[in-house]
Amino acid sequence: MKVTIDGIEIDVPKGTTILQAARMIGPEVAPPTMCYYSKLKTSGGYCRTCIVKVTQGSTANPNPMPKPVASCRTEVMDGMVVQNITSPEILEARKGVVEFLLINHPLDCPVCDQAGECKLQDLGYEHGSAKTRYEFKRREYDMIDIGDKIKLHMTRCILCYRCVKTCEQITDGRVHGVVHRGDAAEISTYIQQAVSNDFSGNVIDVCPVGALTDKTFRFKQRVWFTKPVDAHRKCDKCSGKVRLWFKGEEVLRVTARKDQWDEVEEFICNSCRFDHKKKTDWIIEGPSKISRQSVISQNHYENLNELKLQVLKQQKALGFIEFDKRP
Amino acid sequence: MALQLTNRRKVVSNKEQSFSERLYLPGILKGMLITGSHIFKKSVTIRYPEQTRPVAPVYRGQHVLKRDENGAERCTACGMCAVACPAEAITMENAERKKGEEHLYREEKYASKYEINMLRCIFCGLCEEACPKEAIFLTDRIVDAEYERDDFVYGKDKLVEKIEKRIDVSKRQTIEVSEFKKVPGTKHNTLYDGKAIGKGKH
Repeated sequence: MKVTIDGIEIDVPKGTTILQAARMIGPEVAPPTMCYYSKLKTSGGYCRTCIVKVTQGSTANPNPMPKPVASCRTEVMDGMVVQNITSPEILEARKGVVEFLLINHPLDCPVCDQAGECKLQDLGYEHGSAKTRYEFKRREYDMIDIGDKIKLHMTRCILCYRCVKTCEQITDGRVHGVVHRGDAAEISTYIQQAVSNDFSGNVIDVCPVGALTDKTFRFKQRVWFTKPVDAHRKCDKCSGKVRLWFKGEEVLRVTARKDQWDEVEEFICNSCRFDHKKKTDWIIEGPSKISRQSVISQNHYENLNELKLQVLKQQKALGFIEFDKRP
Repeated sequence: MALQLTNRRKVVSNKEQSFSERLYLPGILKGMLITGSHIFKKSVTIRYPEQTRPVAPVYRGQHVLKRDENGAERCTACGMCAVACPAEAITMENAERKKGEEHLYREEKYASKYEINMLRCIFCGLCEEACPKEAIFLTDRIVDAEYERDDFVYGKDKLVEKIEKRIDVSKRQTIEVSEFKKVPGTKHNTLYDGKAIGKGKH
C-alpha cells in the first residue's frame, strides 16, 4: 500500500497504522505520542497528541477526512495522503491538546525526578505555549507507595494507561488500574495493594511523565548529571540488558534501554532494576547513545567529532559554508 | 618588513651618550623630581576593604542563595544553574525534606550540598538567569582573597544568606526583569516560520 506522509511516499503492508508508517519514514515526520506504545497491545487512542490530517482518504475515495484523526489508531489505505507537520491546522490543534494535557499537570519540574527525560516536557517545549491560561485550582492527590520500590505521584499523571497495560500484558495478575471516571479518574491499586510482580518495575519506564518513579532513585540526582552506560548481566528472569546511570563510580539507577521513540527495547525484571546496583554486578558495554538534543548529553564531550560533523552539516544546509572544502 | 600593528612604533638607536648624560646624576635628579612631585598629588588608590569604590547596582559579584519571606531556602536543587554554567563551577547534591523541616526548605526537595568554585566562576550571571525559583542571585559583594585554593570552593555556609542578615537583591529584581522572565516570545518560543507560538490570538 502506498501512503504519502508530508509529501514523502512509502510502501507499507496492509494493517499498518499511519503512525507506524510515519515512524518508518523517520523521526522528522513521526507525530509525537504520549499514550501509544508499540510494545503494548491496545495502547494508544487516549491522548490525541498524534493527530494528523488526512487530505485524501484513498485512491478509491479521494475525499479528505472531515476531522483530524488519531494516527496511532487509524490504518492506512492505498493512496492515502497525510499531513502532519506541514499542516498549520494540525500544529494549532496539537497545541490545544498539549494545553489540555497540561491543565492539571503541576509545574514542579524542578522537583520532579523525570525532568530531563520527560515526554510531556519535550512536548510542551515543542508545541505548547510558555504560559498557562488556566486559572482554577489543579487537582491534587496524596502520593501513594506501590510496593516499597515504586512511588505513584497521581498529581502528575496524564492518564495514558500505559502502566495499566504493562501490568496487564507483561505481568500476571494485574492489581492496579484506573478507578473512577472522567475528571475524577485516577490510577490506583485497590487499598494501596502492593504490586509484587517480578516485572512491575517496568511501569516506571513506560510512564511518559513523572507519575511513577523509582523510589530507590528518588531525589538522588538530576538525570542530566548522571552518565548512562549500557550493560548486561546473566539473569534467569529477563534478558539482563539494561542501562546503568552512573554518578562517579556509583550506580544510582538501573533502567531498561530505550530506543529512538523512547520506548523500552526489552523489559527488565525487578531484581535487575532494584537489587543490582553495584558496578561489579554488570558487564559494561560502553556509553549509551543519547540524542544531542537531549539535556542528558549536556556537558558530555565523548561524541565531539560526531557533533562537529552535525554542526557542519547544518551549516552546509543553511548555506553558510561549502561543506566539502572544509578539512 | 614585519607586520606593523600600530603607528606608535619608535626606532631605538644606540647612539653615543652626550657629556651630561654620561654624568648620570642629572638624569637621576630629573627622575626623582617627577617621583617626588607625586607626593603632593591626589592618590589614585583607595584603602580597600575599609573604603570601596562605587559599583553598578547590577554588578555581578559573589553569589547569594536567597531565603523566602518565611526564612526557608528557596533553592530546590533543580540543577538548572549547573547546566547553564559555562565554566562548570556549580555542583550540588539533593535531599528530600523531612517532616518538620518546612520552615527550613521551601520545596519538597532541597540542596543538601551546594558548591560554587569561585576560581572557576566567570561571573556571567547565567545561573541567575536560569534559576526558575528566584533562588540564586549575584550580588555587588566582591569575593574575598584566600590563601588556599580549597577555600575558594564556597559551600552553603557562605552562599546561603543569614536569616538575621538578609541581602537585598531588589535592584536586580526590577519589574522589567521579572516581566521578561514571564514573557513568551524569547527564542525557544519561535519554532515555526519564526512565528512566536504562545502568542495566539485567543
